[in-house]
Amino acid sequence: MDPLLQVTDNGLYCAHGDFYVDPWLPVDRAMITHAHADHACPGSRAYLAARPGAALLRGRVGGEAAIQALDYGEPISLGSVQVSLHPAGHILGSAQVRIESGGEVWVVSGDYKLEPDPTCAAFEPVACDTFVTESTFGLPIYRWPPEADVFAEIRNWWAGNRHADKASVLFAYSLGKAQRVLAGLDPADGPIYTHGAVEKFCKLYREAGIALAPTTHVSAAPAGTDWSRALILAPPSANGTPWMRRFGPLSTGFVSGWMRIRGARRRRSLDRGFVLSDHADWLGLMTAIRESGASRIWVTHGYRAPVVEWLKRQGLDAQAIETRFEGEQDETGAEPAEGEP
Amino acid sequence: MKAFAELYVALDETTKTNEKVEALTRYFSRVPPADAAWAATFLIGRRPKRLLESRKLSQWAIEESGIPEWLFGECYHAVGDFAETIALLLPPARSSSDLPLHYWIEERLLPLRDADDEARRASLVAAWREMDERQRFAWNKIITGEFRVGVSQSLVVRAVAAVSGLDGAVVSHRLMGDWQPTAAFWMQLVATDAGDADVSRPYPFFLAYPAEGAIEELGDVGEWQVEWKWDGIRAQLIRRSGRTFVWSRGEELMTDRFPELKALGPQLPEGTVVDGEVLPWKNGEPLPFAQMQRRIGRKVLGPRILSEVPVVMVAYDLLELHGEDIRERPLEFRRAHLEEIAPPDSALIVSSVVRAETWVDLTARREEARARKVEGFMLKRLGSPYRVGRRRGDWWKWKIQPYSVDAVLIYAQPGNGRRASLFTDYTFGVWDGDKLVPFAKAYSGLTDDEIRQVDAFVRGNTIEKFGPVRAVKPELVFELAFEGIQRSPRHRSGIAVRFPRMARWRTDKKAEAADTIETIRALLPPGGGSGAIG
Repeated sequence: MDPLLQVTDNGLYCAHGDFYVDPWLPVDRAMITHAHADHACPGSRAYLAARPGAALLRGRVGGEAAIQALDYGEPISLGSVQVSLHPAGHILGSAQVRIESGGEVWVVSGDYKLEPDPTCAAFEPVACDTFVTESTFGLPIYRWPPEADVFAEIRNWWAGNRHADKASVLFAYSLGKAQRVLAGLDPADGPIYTHGAVEKFCKLYREAGIALAPTTHVSAAPAGTDWSRALILAPPSANGTPWMRRFGPLSTGFVSGWMRIRGARRRRSLDRGFVLSDHADWLGLMTAIRESGASRIWVTHGYRAPVVEWLKRQGLDAQAIETRFEGEQDETGAEPAEGEP
Repeated sequence: MKAFAELYVALDETTKTNEKVEALTRYFSRVPPADAAWAATFLIGRRPKRLLESRKLSQWAIEESGIPEWLFGECYHAVGDFAETIALLLPPARSSSDLPLHYWIEERLLPLRDADDEARRASLVAAWREMDERQRFAWNKIITGEFRVGVSQSLVVRAVAAVSGLDGAVVSHRLMGDWQPTAAFWMQLVATDAGDADVSRPYPFFLAYPAEGAIEELGDVGEWQVEWKWDGIRAQLIRRSGRTFVWSRGEELMTDRFPELKALGPQLPEGTVVDGEVLPWKNGEPLPFAQMQRRIGRKVLGPRILSEVPVVMVAYDLLELHGEDIRERPLEFRRAHLEEIAPPDSALIVSSVVRAETWVDLTARREEARARKVEGFMLKRLGSPYRVGRRRGDWWKWKIQPYSVDAVLIYAQPGNGRRASLFTDYTFGVWDGDKLVPFAKAYSGLTDDEIRQVDAFVRGNTIEKFGPVRAVKPELVFELAFEGIQRSPRHRSGIAVRFPRMARWRTDKKAEAADTIETIRALLPPGGGSGAIG
């Protein structure tokens, strides 16, 4: 029998169900794992996504697009296959796509993490024969510290800045990471402001019933605002732009898995790096792969070559597949996640 | 080790020198003197002889981490820093060491000198297990001898001065010469000034900005003293109280590196300070600067290197005469006395003055620069004093244009430190018939944005891999600028250039339009010698 999925010029395609998973070009029917730009391409005729992420997807692909929302675990039939979506723990509404045909099961994980995150449903291991995994942080140097320690570091840094009368500008990916940070901050520490790109997604999260620390859009702050006690959440692309000038003396921090590596922080001339990622670390990847029970592993974006090599040596049938997903980007495209050209 | 690991983090987290000095000052004032002495030792780049081979060290780290060697290699390529890679891969820390830095160095590291491999392995693994992740990183930095954290000697000097209340020059001087990092040394370092440093103290250097715009705007050429601009090590030669000192512009005491200049001392009058350029020099002309680098790298100067690469000081100015500071006196006054005190036929050569009637004549003579192995002209306003630091107005440097060549990117490899995991180190080729022959390596000159674009190109256009090096499709053309050019049997192209850097990305040029090796050979000076230096 043909493989259930194949890699085409448009993306991962399931011929038996006639749909794509996270296509990078417009297609007739697209199953979307989550609403990050590298996974949710606009222009397709019909979309399917997990219900909690439908509003985020709408924001990405436009008000006119036909979006069908599915509950987690709700099965539907497409052609000759059964399809269901299961929580991936990456961001609000992120899903793994389970595809079953004639007793054979494939799971496309999209991006995922195993750590608990108050802003989205927790990753659910789904048994399968073939598991399609990301590999953004697929090297054993990537080992995430406990989330509580990272939040303690962020709060200490903020407190130190307040003490030194410096604004705290914290860069975080505007969809997902920024909201996770907000859910972990204590509004009693000081006022929290947001860049427009971040605020847009905070609004959608709050509408979905996710509790976030209260925020004020920077543009809504009156002239003469004292920023020296404030924490400002902004996308990394705002670093070094004239937008930053209004804050006066400031310290910069970046919340990202890449901050595990000193060079990655120094290259961006940031004052502080906080190691917090919405992707699985090495151990997380290996745990998810093991718990899937799959004997065949397809490895997409990230450190594909070492992950494939490692899995092969564990006796698994692993191969790298070519996709256009980018993993944890800092929105400037600076981070070379690929271990391979 | 706690305080030291915290210091490392604090220094690493800021690029602001004031904050670094504050962190150093805090550290020095809270740790035992022996710790302060060791920390200063590492920070100013001195260190005990490297005890451990990195091959062994990585082997032990691999065993302790429980990962295969190939995966360690992949990780190292992603991190770009050996000490850090090990710290990131070791099993999660279960403890943290409260023992002081000097204990770790004196009781744990130095005894390994006489230990066999098994004892070294056991000791290192035990050390890793006693430390937390930050401590492991700082420790690995110490044992691998790659201790760089963006702290120059001058920052350490500022911090010690702040802790002790001493003048920076006194501290600089006390940090010179031979000393051992002990508590006693530290106590001497911060002890009250006994006037011991004054005798060697140099003056701040006067530095020139490049002349911009039309040179005629500087007014009458007759108002300027014109000298050739040499490329060596700017230094002051000091003779006071019967002692001789050579200070570099980087405030490094280099007397022992230059015995030729030390020998000049007794021939100078008491109370003399000469400003000049130290140059490798033979048969009345400078040797390529690479020769100087051969010499500077050595701790012990044998008779062979001294005869192969002798140095002189080309004297520019006289700052002190018979113990009197004459920097405010006019240029002509200082120059006349300089000529008077310079011993004839010695290693002190007074910089010759170039005379020209017009700027046009001078512009024409500037073309001699390459043949003379100089960078161009220095213009000094007659009647001017010797000022402090980099100032506009009285001194200008007027350099010749660098060489430039269009070359094709053929190999790339990842950088180190902040550039790790980005392809930033490039090798360029020029055409030799229908083949591209590697011609120069360059790392600088591109914007961050351009680096990202080239990085993406390298990833998408790799044709072959040799370890971390990628051979790429020969498509991208860059204009390379460089200063000197000379024949070199060690390079495949037969040519070595000085200070190559990327002047421009020639997106308008195709690889076929890049320069040929013949074009570059034509830049070589006639005969077997080298081209212009810097």
